[in-house]
Amino acid sequence: MSKENGNKSEDTQWPLWEVFTQPRDGKPHEHAGSLHAPDAEKALENARDVYTRRKEAVNIWVVPSDQIVASKGEDEGPFFDPADDKPYRHPQFYSVPRVSKRRS
Amino acid sequence: MSDQGEQKSFQERIDNGETIEPKDDMPDRYRKQLIRMMSQHAHSEVVGMLPEGNWITRAPSLRRKMILLSKVQDEAGHGLYLYSATETLGASRQEVIDQLLEGKAKYSSIFNYPTLSWADVAVIGWLVDGAAIINQTMLARSSYGPYSRAMVRICKEESFHKKQGYEMVAKMADGTPEQQEMIQDAVDRWWWPTLMMFGPHDEDSPNSAELIKWGVKSKTNDELRQSFVDRHIAEAHEVGLEIPDDELEYNEETGHWEFGEIDWDEFWNVVKGNGPMNKERIKARREAHENGKWVREAAEEYARKQKLSKEKAS
Repeated sequence: MSKENGNKSEDTQWPLWEVFTQPRDGKPHEHAGSLHAPDAEKALENARDVYTRRKEAVNIWVVPSDQIVASKGEDEGPFFDPADDKPYRHPQFYSVPRVSKRRS
Repeated sequence: MSDQGEQKSFQERIDNGETIEPKDDMPDRYRKQLIRMMSQHAHSEVVGMLPEGNWITRAPSLRRKMILLSKVQDEAGHGLYLYSATETLGASRQEVIDQLLEGKAKYSSIFNYPTLSWADVAVIGWLVDGAAIINQTMLARSSYGPYSRAMVRICKEESFHKKQGYEMVAKMADGTPEQQEMIQDAVDRWWWPTLMMFGPHDEDSPNSAELIKWGVKSKTNDELRQSFVDRHIAEAHEVGLEIPDDELEYNEETGHWEFGEIDWDEFWNVVKGNGPMNKERIKARREAHENGKWVREAAEEYARKQKLSKEKAS
């Protein structure tokens, strides 16, 4: 059986994980950075020590980096094209009568 | 043809102030320069733990000990942010670390000076971290996204480093004659090496122009050094400390302090590996790496067994 992914030499740096932190209750998780860890449990502990030394998070996600699928960068404009010609999805598209709240 | 076209559109993105992300097209040289610069920066954070770590066991009070421990732990964290950011460019963590351990990588020369007294801990926080903040505040606006984001995080933490140092400097400068002597002695020893942290003069810094063109840096070495000098002379005077430079003079017209010439022979000598502590620092890093080997192996073995027993159970 092969060893864990990415362990080629005997002195491994462990697999890479991406860390997402939730700054406060009710807020979305946000990418904080990455780190190396032998397993998920250590990845969570390392993430706590590396990315939340000052209470920057109330919750952490760790994801093996090779499990992240990302859209490509600037040259993939066409990928986001479908939203280009739909200004009517924004409220600014509409002009409506100004209505005063005060009753005269 | 296409290569030149790509170069141009990359430069246009930079000039538009766009952020470059890991998966974006970028010139090879941009990638290489960033890997060089960011890994050196990461190494500096890691080696930077050593001079101050030297004093943890001899901190004069529990308060100072907790502060110093926390600061040194931050430096380890900063090294990790930066190694991770460097990996986004395709550099392998192992290779980068090996370069340091083999003595092939550069790191900030300031850490090749010894910490001779407790006052050095105060002065490192005040001057060395003060210099680092000036450099890193600029780098927080760097064109490469992961570098810039790591810098924002680091700058937030670094301000406590400087402040705890300056607090201690002020206390000692206002203390007993022995304390005053100690703190002045530390300033005398650290002032010039700190000025060297900003690197050679602009005309002798081959990388600067390119890094500025690519939006990695936005100020030159001499500009950064000048803002450091202006700020820290004011802070030194505030607490009654002398700056060891006979040529210091305030220029009313420019609003800047003029200062003497750096001993560049000393600078290059330390950069080339002949500073007072170069060999000692690498030796300490190697020992730490070797002594930690069994921990890394044990953690890996534990992870492997956990995985096996999970697979069996399911």
